[in-house]
Amino acid sequence: MGVVENLTLFVLAAFVGYEVITKIPATLHTPLISGTNAISGITLIGSVVVAGAGQSTLATVLGFLAVVMATTNVVGGYLVSHRMLRRFRGRED
Amino acid sequence: MPGIAAGLPPAALSLAYLAAAVLFIHGLRQLTHPRTARRGNIFSAAGMVVAVGVTVLWFEIISPIVLFAGLLVGAAIGSWLAVTVDTTDMPQLVGLFNGFGGGASALVAGAELVDLFGPSGPTVAPVETTTAAAATGLIGGVTFWGSLVAAGKLQGYVEDPIHYPGENTLKAAFFGLAVLAGVALVTQIEISVLSAATWVPSYWVLVAAASILGILLVVPIGGADMPVVIALLNACSGLAAAATGFALDNSVLIVAGTLVGASGLILTFIMCESMNRTLTNVLFGGYSADEPSGDVADIYTGNVMSTSPEEVAMLLDVARRVVIVPGYGMAVGKAQHAVAELAALLEANDVEVIFGVHPVAGRMPGHMNVLLAEANVPYEQMAELEAVNPMFSQTDVVIVTGANDVVNPSALSETSSPIAGMPVLHVWDAQTVIVNKRSLSPGYAGIPNPLFTYDNTYMLFGDAREAMQALVTEYKDTHR
Repeated sequence: MGVVENLTLFVLAAFVGYEVITKIPATLHTPLISGTNAISGITLIGSVVVAGAGQSTLATVLGFLAVVMATTNVVGGYLVSHRMLRRFRGRED
Repeated sequence: MPGIAAGLPPAALSLAYLAAAVLFIHGLRQLTHPRTARRGNIFSAAGMVVAVGVTVLWFEIISPIVLFAGLLVGAAIGSWLAVTVDTTDMPQLVGLFNGFGGGASALVAGAELVDLFGPSGPTVAPVETTTAAAATGLIGGVTFWGSLVAAGKLQGYVEDPIHYPGENTLKAAFFGLAVLAGVALVTQIEISVLSAATWVPSYWVLVAAASILGILLVVPIGGADMPVVIALLNACSGLAAAATGFALDNSVLIVAGTLVGASGLILTFIMCESMNRTLTNVLFGGYSADEPSGDVADIYTGNVMSTSPEEVAMLLDVARRVVIVPGYGMAVGKAQHAVAELAALLEANDVEVIFGVHPVAGRMPGHMNVLLAEANVPYEQMAELEAVNPMFSQTDVVIVTGANDVVNPSALSETSSPIAGMPVLHVWDAQTVIVNKRSLSPGYAGIPNPLFTYDNTYMLFGDAREAMQALVTEYKDTHR
């Protein structure tokens, strides 16, 4: 894909993000932060490619560190959100 | 080990990424209600499994041991942290995870450059790639180190904001250095004397400058401004991922990163609005800079009435509606369980109980709500500022515990006040206001609170948890 297509994705995703996020109540802002935080660990797929296919030792080492950090971010982020959201109960629950 | 799915048409990878993006967006949509939020989180996690799984299967993995070791180590650290950390330590954990995302992005962009310019790579990199890598390095470096400092502050290692002369000039200098290194990277002009491979060192110069900038940015920021910082770093971790997406030409990185960026920025602005301050003021100003030092205790002498748990229990006995306003003090004193027990007792005796939660109460957006939810307070009982303010005039008793600036009436009346114009909870409209606090010391803004001198305000001095437990005991005694 070219830069223009990537920019298109970027702008459209920003609008979708705005529309969805503004509807989330303040009560859930902490789980929102930790949940989106886990999503930002999507950089893991970039790490996977460079760690697995690194041509030089340096790239492989960097990739390995990136995989560790991104996986910590993804797994930790989703688990912590789950842990918090499990506690949000209504009167009927 | 060649990619297992490599036989499939290239569109399959893009379609899998599209599915992941849809799952992320759908997951966020489910977060709009507490009832569906948990399901939303699972949808989002499923999207991540799809994206990562497909990537692992698709690409040629030369060193699978390195990859799977990394995945295992990361998963172990992540789950260990997520499972063992105390709820009251949640802000620093969230801050730490933010940093990891940003740091990983910066490393990926660096590794991509190393590979691109490696022995077998091209000598001239496309401008799009180097520009995106420069953006990733800048944002990622700031996010990683900024988050570490923020987490350290929240953990209590470096609590006080540190100010020094010329701090903003120093920040500007490092930002300038980072930009310079970025320009060198993009234009591929030699600025390094260390190596013939000029583009890679200029990237690491950029990351180093951004790292120092990240530290410098967060060090002067005080504890009560942390909600803004956490939200902003959240946005940065997403934007770093999106920038990595541009560098790697990867659609799902761009979409997911941008969603996170949008979310973090929206929260940042909500937090700033809730303090009536601009982002620049939070980042580069701070309260202490423009505030005359006066005698804080002045307005209190002879005007403050204190009360006891017994008296408060009597007031609660005849109350029909009670609003509880929690603040950071509740988190510090780990008083949420005692507060929730009091609320449940009152409800059991047909008293309507509402929690009035200010958006910036605590150390991260929604901090109070998480603590209350953990203590089994149903989410229907948690009201936002706009919803609860009109209710105070029909409220018998307000209990403020561990909050100060968010219930300060001078935000409305005094234009010279550092918190002038900040939306506050109008607790003084209620019949009686009970303020539970250790002492009359000022809050984060460093100003006295005239509320404490009001005729309908009574101070219940003491530690939040002890005071709330005393109230529970007294109230139980009167309702035996």
